[in-house]
Amino acid sequence: MARREIAIVGWGQTPSQRRAQASEVQLLFEAIDAAVKVAGITRRDIGFTCGGSCDYLTGGPFAFVTNLEATQAWPPIAESHVEMDGAWALYEAWVRLQHGDIDTALVFGSGKSSPTDPGALYPQQLDPYYLQPLGIDPVSLAALQGRALLETGRATEADFAGVVAHSRQAALDNPNAQLRGTTDVSVLLAEPLVRDPLRRHDLPPISDGAAAIVLAAGDRAREISDHPVWIRGLDHRVEPHQPGMRDLTVSTSTTLAAARAGVSDGPIDVAEISSVFSPQELILRDALGLGPGVDVNPSGGPLAANPVMSTGLIRFVEIAHRLAAGDGGRGVAHATNGQCLQHNMVCVMEAP
Amino acid sequence: MSEPCAVIGIGQTHHTKARADVSQFGLVREAASRALADAGLEWRDIDAVVIGKAPDAFEGIMQPELFLAEALGAVGKPMFRVHTAGSVGGSTVIVGSHLIEAGIHDRVLVVAYEKQSEGNAQWGLAGGRSGGIGAGGAFAPFVRAYIERSKAPEYVGWQVAVKDRLNALKNPYAHLKIADISLEKVQESPMLWDPLRFLESCPSSDGACAMVLASPAAAAAAAAAAAAGGSGSGAPPAWIAASSVRSELGFFPGRDAVRPQAGVDCAHDLYRRAGITDPRREIDMAELYVPFSWYEPMWLEGHDIAPLGEGWKMTEQGETEMTGSFPVNPSGGVLSSNPIGASGMLRMAEAALQVRGQAGEHQVHMHHGRALGQAYGGNAQYFAMAIFTAAQPA
Repeated sequence: MARREIAIVGWGQTPSQRRAQASEVQLLFEAIDAAVKVAGITRRDIGFTCGGSCDYLTGGPFAFVTNLEATQAWPPIAESHVEMDGAWALYEAWVRLQHGDIDTALVFGSGKSSPTDPGALYPQQLDPYYLQPLGIDPVSLAALQGRALLETGRATEADFAGVVAHSRQAALDNPNAQLRGTTDVSVLLAEPLVRDPLRRHDLPPISDGAAAIVLAAGDRAREISDHPVWIRGLDHRVEPHQPGMRDLTVSTSTTLAAARAGVSDGPIDVAEISSVFSPQELILRDALGLGPGVDVNPSGGPLAANPVMSTGLIRFVEIAHRLAAGDGGRGVAHATNGQCLQHNMVCVMEAP
Repeated sequence: MSEPCAVIGIGQTHHTKARADVSQFGLVREAASRALADAGLEWRDIDAVVIGKAPDAFEGIMQPELFLAEALGAVGKPMFRVHTAGSVGGSTVIVGSHLIEAGIHDRVLVVAYEKQSEGNAQWGLAGGRSGGIGAGGAFAPFVRAYIERSKAPEYVGWQVAVKDRLNALKNPYAHLKIADISLEKVQESPMLWDPLRFLESCPSSDGACAMVLASPAAAAAAAAAAAAGGSGSGAPPAWIAASSVRSELGFFPGRDAVRPQAGVDCAHDLYRRAGITDPRREIDMAELYVPFSWYEPMWLEGHDIAPLGEGWKMTEQGETEMTGSFPVNPSGGVLSSNPIGASGMLRMAEAALQVRGQAGEHQVHMHHGRALGQAYGGNAQYFAMAIFTAAQPA
């Protein structure tokens, strides 16, 4: 069955920041307002809405119920929600638009990480029977991944630091980034270890933020926007949860999703990838088959701003606004879910 | 652009207060294995997995689908986690059906579960604080308003409680089996949230439900394999003739929480998509999300199956009994089994079972081969509805 052409025609994001004064729903209002404004439509014009958020960040049930306020769901709307990054909300909406009976969709992701203690929170995302009792936390898991990568000989600690230095430098041009600045590898390597072989800068910042995207199909996209950014391929795949059940130095699910999304069908100019810890950028570059000529994470990426639940969707925002502005012809957005890159999504987008 | 979606496999666990014999892995696999066996498929035949459950706080695991990936056979496949409050089980089926209808996949496994015994739902609902009013406390004012508006006699709620528990005696998977249930027994049970009594309320259950959704080609292949003596129940598919979701804000001045507009809009959109103009007559039976007795008449009116003020009369006159003109919840409903995240999917699955003629002792007579599954959630603000038919939609 032929796929319907779907484009990104509007986008918005809040600046990422530690301890935002605004509530999650206020952050979402800002992101959605921006996205519908770029699209030049109103919330009333939206055919389907889907959000991504996480109850555990809020510390209670039904975070998404309050978030519904930001869609102004009155009169009632056709809406859904994923307990995943907003990138998966985009996937659900992309599927929904294939039906042909509606032409526009609004997707968003939001979360405030700073009211919680990530060190206490994320262990609760692990298998309660076999992993949680070990007392292992995600930073330790990421360190195991980094160590495993070092032992393959494919990377050095200086490479990790190089990823961080590039991220901070690139973020100088990103008004929404949280960490930015010019530094160099030797300075970074002089920092103490947090979890061998990771230093604090190899970890993402704790961020609050939200992002939103407006999708439109076919002629409706061309009507709404002079610069629709077309989604040419979109796929996601999951791997085993148990870290011992996979090779942490590769990302087979990213490779599989990239093949199905058609990453290698043409040259890639720019990629935004959800490398939440610095070693993951090296793993993901390989998994996606990105050559040295590809501009990776020109926004600074998640090491510069990591508003959990919109980190993945922001990758789509960053690619879309660049391609719409003529800054590259073909781009890749990557989102991840779970620990040590358990679940990965890859999207290929093309300029108008 | 869109092709119809078939239900070719249905499975559920035996629901009970505490399934101490299985982990969360075991619980979801039990339901999924039964759905696969019904469809005559193996785990490797599945293209994608969609999983739904209610708030993660209920079991105390953040995004538990991640650790369930292996148990659900999802490795190397797309896995998707839906959460739309109480309606989630229904939404999960609909999200899965979209993957088929859009032509993305041919065989999708949808699963929903709750293992309430590994946590505390009341605590979870209250956001980890004491003094939560629970779902009953949230809905009781709406029920009181319905009774006031409709002038329904108080025994109508007891009738629903008795009917659903008697139906549950015919359902081998149901949690509550109260053989001596009676109007007197319901009337004499403690008042929990005025006007809702203990026996007018749903239980806390462990349980899971799973369905295998298929494209027309995959459904035909499964049927051919079963006919050739292969595995599978060989039961005919149920087709998802239409589905709809609607959400509205939960709190604002002037909101009608008794008959929420989102529920009305969802039903109207559903009937339009299914080509139904007279739901009371053109639909054979319904599995409605009735966690508290009065929600049966409230949804009969809330979804325009009965005229305003007339829903309770259908209940009072026995029209919603298995032998009535419009059976509601022959499975025993949420009042008899409530693994919260799965409760909405059970409504869909039970409606599909009726269409397929697989409901065993609780099978009702199907005149048109058309059944309604419905789920709601939040502050009665999220709705997911689907029409299942024996005939393949054009």
